[in-house]
Amino acid sequence: MNPRILASTIRRILSQLRHDRRTIALLLVVPPLLLTLLYYMFKQAHPVFDGVGLIMLGVFPFVIMFLITSIAMLRERTSGTLERLLTTPMGKLDLLFAYGVAFGIAAAVQASIATGIAYWLLDLKTAASPGQVIGIAIANAVLGVALGLFFSAFARTEFQAVQFMPVVVVPQLLLCGLFVDRAHMVGWLQGISRALPMTYSVEALQQSGASYLLWRDLTVVVGCIILALVFAAATLRRRTP
Amino acid sequence: METAIEVRDLVIDRGKRRVLHGLTCEIPAGSVTGLLGPSGSGKTTLMRAMVGVQVVKSGRVTVLGSPAGASSLRHQIGYLTQAPSVYPDLTVRENAHYFASLYKNVTAADADATIKAVGLADAAKQLVSDLSGGQKARASLACAMVSRPRVLILDEPTVGQDPVLRDDLWRQFRELAASGVTVLVSSHVMDEAGRCDRLLLIREGHLIADDTPAAIREATHTTDLEDAFLHLIRERELV
Repeated sequence: MNPRILASTIRRILSQLRHDRRTIALLLVVPPLLLTLLYYMFKQAHPVFDGVGLIMLGVFPFVIMFLITSIAMLRERTSGTLERLLTTPMGKLDLLFAYGVAFGIAAAVQASIATGIAYWLLDLKTAASPGQVIGIAIANAVLGVALGLFFSAFARTEFQAVQFMPVVVVPQLLLCGLFVDRAHMVGWLQGISRALPMTYSVEALQQSGASYLLWRDLTVVVGCIILALVFAAATLRRRTP
Repeated sequence: METAIEVRDLVIDRGKRRVLHGLTCEIPAGSVTGLLGPSGSGKTTLMRAMVGVQVVKSGRVTVLGSPAGASSLRHQIGYLTQAPSVYPDLTVRENAHYFASLYKNVTAADADATIKAVGLADAAKQLVSDLSGGQKARASLACAMVSRPRVLILDEPTVGQDPVLRDDLWRQFRELAASGVTVLVSSHVMDEAGRCDRLLLIREGHLIADDTPAAIREATHTTDLEDAFLHLIRERELV
């Protein structure tokens, strides 16, 4: 990896985002709006909002960054910019890490706003501190970026790319403990749930302070990020047929 | 003369189709070489093999003494793809500065000079998506030239350009060659062929001529390169 190329690529990706005002608005406004909707849905049963709202703070960055990254990477592949980049001194990891960092920064802003509104306007109460929630949300966003970079390799068109969202995201959402407590699932579903990274990030969100479980869960999430990036690097071929 | 690019017995398949059938040629350093042939003749595939992004079935391509695609070559080679490969959601300036930043010792000032050289100084602050087709192609060309590479592989750089600009671009290619840069330019129009030092004519994946424009005219007893090309094709079909 080359720090100069990494830094300039991060800057380039953020400039692309900066020119797209509507995407920025959607990134920043949609999570707080959906949280507000949840707040009013569960107004009569506030403890439920505390549980669901907290999980959503971790889910939003993952889903949104997965989608944005898989489309952005698909564009690099189909527009010929990827082919050109691979004839320059840029390394594959420079490109992959640049996406991770650039969209990680965007996710940090998004998560800070959503979390701030959840605590101060919607009166969210959690065992974890807001700082911990934001930290885990960023880790989740980077996980979404890493998986997006990997899965974009299997899509030829944007139509296909968006359909990886139900494939990759929805099972994790269903099995992470948001709808049914994991302890109440049948054994084989618990097994699948344990194999999916979002299960661990949701569990991490529910911990208070720096417990053993928190560090274990974060280690699993970071491990999955590294694994997804390695697989993504393997899908980036300099030579194509 | 020193050889910049050497292609030996290059065979390339795309899908089930054989695109290049054991092609052999040499491109001299510090020259402008034209790669001519109709659409689908294998020009782009040959260029992709030279920059090292094409899967090769057999044969070899050597650029500046290293195998094509070697990491040491990535500082020394500039590649213009046929379709403009720049970021449409960035300005011309942002694109050129970004591609400049990927190379050591290439500055933002170099990037601005390159934008000027391709005639886009007035459009530097516009988003690429707002430009005309010809301007987009020139923005892409600027990004290929920005690192001042020793070898420039340009896939149809002058398509859709205004005649004055085209003339200006060709003058720049000649200047680059005079300063020692090896320029390979593909085209499917013959009127540009006369401005090259050497011509490679390819058709259906076979090399049918590799010589100077004057020698090709002479060998085929024609004054026009379009006629010369026709003559060479018919000659092959008779054999």
